[in-house]
Amino acid sequence: MKETKIYIPNLSLGNTKSVVNMINRLGGEVIIANTPDELLNAKKIILPGVGSFDVGMRELKDGGWIEALNKLVLQDKVPILGICLGMQFFFDESEEGILPGLSWIPGKLERFVSNEQNPIKVPHMGWNAVKVNKADGLIPQQEEELRYYFVHSYHAVCANSDHVIATAYHGSDVTAAVQNDNIYGFQFHPEKSHRFGMDLLKNFLSV
Amino acid sequence: MLKHRVIPALLLNQHGGLVKTTKFTNPKYIGDPLNAIRIFNTKEVDELMVLDIEASKLQREPNYALIEQFAGECFMPLCYGGGIRTIDQAYKIFKLGVEKICLQTAVLENLQLVRDLVDRFGSSAIVVSVDVKKDWLQRPKLFKSSNHQNSSSNWLTFIRDAVDAGAGEILLNAVDKDGTLLGPDLVIIEQASKEISAPLIALGGIASLKDIKQAVEAGASAVAAGAFFVFHGPHRAVLITYPQYQELLTLFNTK
Repeated sequence: MKETKIYIPNLSLGNTKSVVNMINRLGGEVIIANTPDELLNAKKIILPGVGSFDVGMRELKDGGWIEALNKLVLQDKVPILGICLGMQFFFDESEEGILPGLSWIPGKLERFVSNEQNPIKVPHMGWNAVKVNKADGLIPQQEEELRYYFVHSYHAVCANSDHVIATAYHGSDVTAAVQNDNIYGFQFHPEKSHRFGMDLLKNFLSV
Repeated sequence: MLKHRVIPALLLNQHGGLVKTTKFTNPKYIGDPLNAIRIFNTKEVDELMVLDIEASKLQREPNYALIEQFAGECFMPLCYGGGIRTIDQAYKIFKLGVEKICLQTAVLENLQLVRDLVDRFGSSAIVVSVDVKKDWLQRPKLFKSSNHQNSSSNWLTFIRDAVDAGAGEILLNAVDKDGTLLGPDLVIIEQASKEISAPLIALGGIASLKDIKQAVEAGASAVAAGAFFVFHGPHRAVLITYPQYQELLTLFNTK
């Protein structure tokens, strides 16, 4: 059965409201969990996030969220979608901080390097097209160009390339979407990517 | 490849009505902002800016109820500017579903607020608005939109300092071009973009796709426009428009 009730941990990490707006528009229901206990009935979770890696990881740790998330995601295999910084938490570590990540997907976050050979703007900000590597994820493989809104200064480098579902080009191919079993992540913002992003959240609602 | 963003910039008056100015004066009433935002949403615009041009002038709070309605209609990034002076106000606005905030009056004299906001919300959420107006010798000067005076600070130094303080983007508005549809000020765009590594959004004077392209070639990462997207024809009839995605692709891909 399709689970359209989405739980979102109530963290101070930015823009939950935009995600809620879009899920509601798609006919889904959002439950904001104020404590890890309120999360325990979740059958589907979205972890949004804007801000810095350590501030976010500290809040997850100090709030007791990590234990609850580990149980739900690793043991009960509850589907979870991380968006932007929310996705970055899934990795082992980030050059942005010193705290360890959740280590659900092997790999780390590296800062974009802009130099004379590769003069890219940092952050990677704006609309970019993605190349889909695997059709079985949340992102459809189709003729029409798929474009999404990105804002980030650190990008995920997966230890296992099978986890990379889609890439975007910004000086080099950059991880745009990842999946490891029930764990999904988008570096871009589907909630701010018009119908392109709406389609992906719709797909997550029907996982 | 990352695309250059093309951004409608909408201005609000103190009653929450949509207006368009000419050279920062004579605000002409255009209509209901929510209606305009809905149209821009269906046209799949890259991003949207809403600037309350009277909040700082009148030392008024941002209109939170209205901003929340805007955010609910925007399935693209939304930047709000006008009257923001504190971290608490910024937090309130982000909570409403806004991605970026734009600052000018509160940071012209002191960039500490930019540093504090960046620490809390990250660089990419903080835009500093820089208005530039030519003096009687045609020298570009930093302009204070809240009281319509030129500032004594050097405009290029201010831009560099704002980026050093952590501003994720600079919104560069050519006051003398505002609402004129006379084309962008390519000289200041080029000077500003050479000064900073952060993305520059060029605003003021845009009247055609060719203008957008020229602004990008002069160094702008993104181009914003007001009159071009809300007026139509020589009599400035109100008509909300935005180029087709394919038009923009072709524009940026052809030399």
